[in-house]
Amino acid sequence: MRTHVAVQKRRKHYTVGGIIWLFVEYASLIFFGFCAVLPVVSCVITAFKTEEEYQSTNVMTLPESWLNFDNFIRAFETADMGRAFLNSLIVMVSVLLISIIIGTQLAYVLNRFQFPGNGLIRNLFLFASLLPAVAMQVTVYNIMTALGFVNHLYGYIIMMCGTDVISIYIFIQFMENIPTSLDESAIIDGASYWTIYWKIMLPLLKPAIVTSCILKGVGVYNEYYCANLYLQRPELHTIATSLYTFVGPMGSQYNLICAGVIISLLPALIVFILCQKQIYSGIAAGAVKG
Amino acid sequence: MAATVAKVKKEKKPFHFMQWAKSRKGQQVLICVAFMVIPLLLLFTFTYLPFGEMVRFSFYDMKYSTPADKREFVGWENYIDVFRRDDCFGALKLSLYYVVGALIQLALALYLATILSFKVKGGNFFKGLMFFPYLISGIAIGFIFKFFYTRGFVFDTVLQWLGFELENLPYWLRDQSINNWSLVATSVWRYFGQNMVLFIGAIMSVDADLYEAAELDGANKFQQFRHIILPSIKTIVTLNVILSITGSLSAFEQPYVITDGANGTGTYFVIMNELAHTSQKVGLASAMAVVLLLIIFACTILQKLFFKYIFRDAESEDESYKAKRARLKAEKAALRAEKAKKGVA
Repeated sequence: MRTHVAVQKRRKHYTVGGIIWLFVEYASLIFFGFCAVLPVVSCVITAFKTEEEYQSTNVMTLPESWLNFDNFIRAFETADMGRAFLNSLIVMVSVLLISIIIGTQLAYVLNRFQFPGNGLIRNLFLFASLLPAVAMQVTVYNIMTALGFVNHLYGYIIMMCGTDVISIYIFIQFMENIPTSLDESAIIDGASYWTIYWKIMLPLLKPAIVTSCILKGVGVYNEYYCANLYLQRPELHTIATSLYTFVGPMGSQYNLICAGVIISLLPALIVFILCQKQIYSGIAAGAVKG
Repeated sequence: MAATVAKVKKEKKPFHFMQWAKSRKGQQVLICVAFMVIPLLLLFTFTYLPFGEMVRFSFYDMKYSTPADKREFVGWENYIDVFRRDDCFGALKLSLYYVVGALIQLALALYLATILSFKVKGGNFFKGLMFFPYLISGIAIGFIFKFFYTRGFVFDTVLQWLGFELENLPYWLRDQSINNWSLVATSVWRYFGQNMVLFIGAIMSVDADLYEAAELDGANKFQQFRHIILPSIKTIVTLNVILSITGSLSAFEQPYVITDGANGTGTYFVIMNELAHTSQKVGLASAMAVVLLLIIFACTILQKLFFKYIFRDAESEDESYKAKRARLKAEKAALRAEKAKKGVA
């Protein structure tokens, strides 16, 4: 079988159609790959230029020195990005932790127990996923103010936990594939429901937890709309909203802005390089929900 | 509800509450309540309460700061305004740009996913390049593309390399005949990689035997795409086409971060956002939100019906696919058996 395929493949290189196709294949990959990186690469180029260079040379001219980190340092300081990284970290860790705990618990109960209202609750969550977040903020803003959650990290964290539906779906879907015989035998052994959840379900849900961490982690790290609405004090800025510092008077100093942008996407780039596989499969799994 | 049950029991025969709590039934109720209270409370506070408020506000003329007793009830006036004002309902027309963009994006994603699912050198590298924009935050994308489209900057420079004259090029974000396309292109740039990864995932779940068999039968790549890949990922493609319509109706991010809705790029949500948080016309903004939610809701129901219809078709096809697989397996087994026989002989 193998050798057959190999022979076939080798022969293919000689046909005209095969060669043209091969050319088209790589030409498209290179073209669209170029399109995908061009905007980011141009930012990197500009971020390394001095003020003078930026004023006098074309944006696509390479910088004189690739070791000129002045802009990065200046951007980091101007936008107080150290603080912003800390805030982003606090928000991300808390949101992920809380939403994993309540998400898995909810999925466990909805999947394992039949009670009146079970279907209704599922539908309530399903319907909630249809409502676009931006539209909801028109009135969520009012509620956040009434609760005294505006300009507090904890308020923003609680809100971010409350508007999450996708991961609950991932958990419910995953639960369906865990055989109920596991629960039954644990019950015979005298385990409580809490023990079943904590000792059996949670460890088995690990792949689903990784998936939802990735999807939600990307979402939370990059969230800027609500963060801008509810965390307006500069010391509460997250990484995404710290970039708002560059709006206004600094609006045309692109060498500085580009440096800030590059700093903000470095963590995402590092995580992406380290866990490509998990991210891809997370994306694929998250889409099944629709 | 379950909590009241517990309470009633406690009142009637308080002595037995602990006993009940220790029984299987009691434990079930307790665990259900304990595990659902927080998520339901959050769901109520951040989804259904605001949703109810939104419907209520849409009948009032009010600001965020207006005290509850000074709000003016105006009946359906806000809704009439939504349809009458040029800037509100008219903005939905801009969604058409985003629909077209989304379709281009899906076609592009499908094309690249097909290429990448055949073995190509550096496939993983290209996949990574094209996917990465998805991981960049909206606000960063705003800055990147303001820079990218500025007169004489990145995009103009690249076009000049290709032989265009700067004088003939439009202002990408200012010229009303082109600026919406510029924004749509940004949206395509951001999301096509994600769509592509999704499609690759779907293509990879196709049984590899099918490709092998097709290749042995001398099928070229286009035929493989047409007859193996496309049928097996039909569902996910259709789903994405439909989702892109609701997505386009609620297009918000690109115009919000790049142009802030200036020069005729304000989509429905950008205008709603501005009305709510800048001019504080909360009533009108709420009415806009409710109108769009109704439209989205209608689209979703249509989509459900459509899928039921498709499903009816797909079921028979699914069976034939399974049958095909079974047949292939049988053939393979027969081949092996034959080989084994020859070996013995």
